Amino acid sequence: MSEEKKVVRKKIQATDQMNKIMSDYFYGLNEAATTGSKKVAWCTSVGPAELLRAMGFAVHFPENHAAMLGATRLSNEMIPVANAIGYSPDICSYLTADIGAYLKGMTPLSKAYPGIESVPKPDVLVYNTNQCRDVQDWLAWYSEKLGVPMIGIASPKNVNEVTDSHIDDVASQIQALVPTLEAITGEKLDLERLRETVSLSRQCTELWKDVLETATASPAPITFFDSTIHMGPAVVLRGTQEAIDYYRVLLAELKERVANGVGAVEGESLRIYWEGMPVWGRLRQHSEMFAELKAAVLASTYCSSWIFPAFDPGDPFRSMAKAYLELFIVRADAYKGEYIKEMLAKFRIDGIIYHDAKTCPYNSNNRYGMPQRLERETGIPALVISGDLNDLRCVSDEQTKTNVEAFIEQLEEGK
Amino acid sequence: MGASRTKVAVIDPSGRLLGHAVKKSGIDFSVTAAACLDAALEMAGASREDIVRAVSTGYGRGNVAFVTEKSKTEIGCLAKGCYHYFPEAITVIDIGGQDNKIINLDAAGRRSSFKMNRKCAAGTGAFLEEMASRLDISLEEMNGLARQSQEMIKLGSYCTVFSATEVLESIRNGKRVPDIVKGLFYSVIKRVLEMDILSGQVVMTGGVVACNPYIVEMAEEMIGRPVLLPELPQLAGAVGAALYALDDKPETA
Repeated sequence: MSEEKKVVRKKIQATDQMNKIMSDYFYGLNEAATTGSKKVAWCTSVGPAELLRAMGFAVHFPENHAAMLGATRLSNEMIPVANAIGYSPDICSYLTADIGAYLKGMTPLSKAYPGIESVPKPDVLVYNTNQCRDVQDWLAWYSEKLGVPMIGIASPKNVNEVTDSHIDDVASQIQALVPTLEAITGEKLDLERLRETVSLSRQCTELWKDVLETATASPAPITFFDSTIHMGPAVVLRGTQEAIDYYRVLLAELKERVANGVGAVEGESLRIYWEGMPVWGRLRQHSEMFAELKAAVLASTYCSSWIFPAFDPGDPFRSMAKAYLELFIVRADAYKGEYIKEMLAKFRIDGIIYHDAKTCPYNSNNRYGMPQRLERETGIPALVISGDLNDLRCVSDEQTKTNVEAFIEQLEEGK
Repeated sequence: MGASRTKVAVIDPSGRLLGHAVKKSGIDFSVTAAACLDAALEMAGASREDIVRAVSTGYGRGNVAFVTEKSKTEIGCLAKGCYHYFPEAITVIDIGGQDNKIINLDAAGRRSSFKMNRKCAAGTGAFLEEMASRLDISLEEMNGLARQSQEMIKLGSYCTVFSATEVLESIRNGKRVPDIVKGLFYSVIKRVLEMDILSGQVVMTGGVVACNPYIVEMAEEMIGRPVLLPELPQLAGAVGAALYALDDKPETA
């Protein structure tokens, strides 16, 4: 590998519009928190954001904030601070980065958005354990620290088939949140507004799905690394018209790329699936490393996790429950295996890379024999790389590079 | 250019090994590579002008621009080198200074999968170096000592730091050094066997294997079948790189 030869990454023009709506979102949140114009809720990334938004809360997503800490590599300085107060290096490095940042009085928002001095002070903390237990422990720390109420949903986990009883359980838990939230806002829940929000969320996630599926084309117009950035609105602005408008613009641009045969990776010769979380502090390096090898990492479970086909304005509570339960991360391995196999076929994948994220067992699907099982069943070669989402102490760039290059050599030889 | 040792193989157009050299990689990879290259060329009775093509491999594969900018990963080169000696479906176990690899090749020599150790030193040459220093013995003595063992002391941990404390405990309890060293060898093999299933005919390579033939005997006993060794197990990757140069296959550049 010659080190000098750098690939030019093609800019997605819609990025400017995304930056604008993200900026408006963060300033709006800051205004709500500093002026009291709206109540502020902190919420886990997969819900129940729809309910909070419909009830007039400005919603902050700690996971989004933690990813920013990772992407800016500020997490390196923050995680040890949380470790020192008893939050282990072995647990979620989103949690440790975010709590560490709070303890240090530091946020990447200040640099990105001048005038914002801190994360928005919450009026309520709302979790859903459908992803993991760590989100609850994370918000619990803030609840105690800030004296703010914490409420949430204790979700079923490792579900193979989502049944009515699962949905009944979660739907009633979501409904049970309402009185507390009403007491905070001082207003009754407007069911029509909830239906509207759920409808907007559904449209947003359908458009996001269309965006991701443009990568079924060869060459793929968008990579996984692009998508981890462009999924921002699907995470933090789900349930708003702005997110929908944005994805229409992005989708049009990507469709144009497809029509013109423009790929995100120049000379795409191999198509790779990414299973697991990104290494946020290495997004650019990884993007360039694969592009130099002419390998397009073009689809992932992670970015596809913000597609919620179940949202139904006609039945908002039950459909939210269903949407939050049907998510990949909530499911059993039997379901996960079938899901990944469908994705490998749909995107015509040559090889799959599993990111074994040291501090996120829930997003590391290599630990129960999945790579071996799927390799046997599909014949598509698999590689596992060790790393982490936010804790770069768990990342060896040299080992990653050697593993990836050897994997690409193997795939090329096998073609 | 390995993390620990630098190896050069000089071959002729028929693939015959004419010259070779091994040196500690040290702190200046380019200087070491040049010295190693010249030593191997001298053995081959050749000079740098005689080089038709070269391919680099290993951790320092980007540090040898003075001779070549073509490189392949060590996984590719080990596969190529081993298949050259044993053209059949094989499983290569390489125990290097910095990491271990298990590489599966089909009967046509194509890689079907590979595994590298996790980001820790357990089971690598670096582990033995650390333990040799704890025991105040040289690396060269280890093989002979292990052979003298009468009652092997097994280590329980896969962590190098924890293993070191176990070794210290054995020292404190007056255990014999040969028994501890054999336990270290056993630990190295156990770590490798945890990485993957060994399917085909097993071939072992790498500096640890080359310098400690007793490890190979122990491995044969543990897996219950014979292990093949290239003539110069530490050179297998370098020979593979030279064979890639001979092929002049499209390289990753």
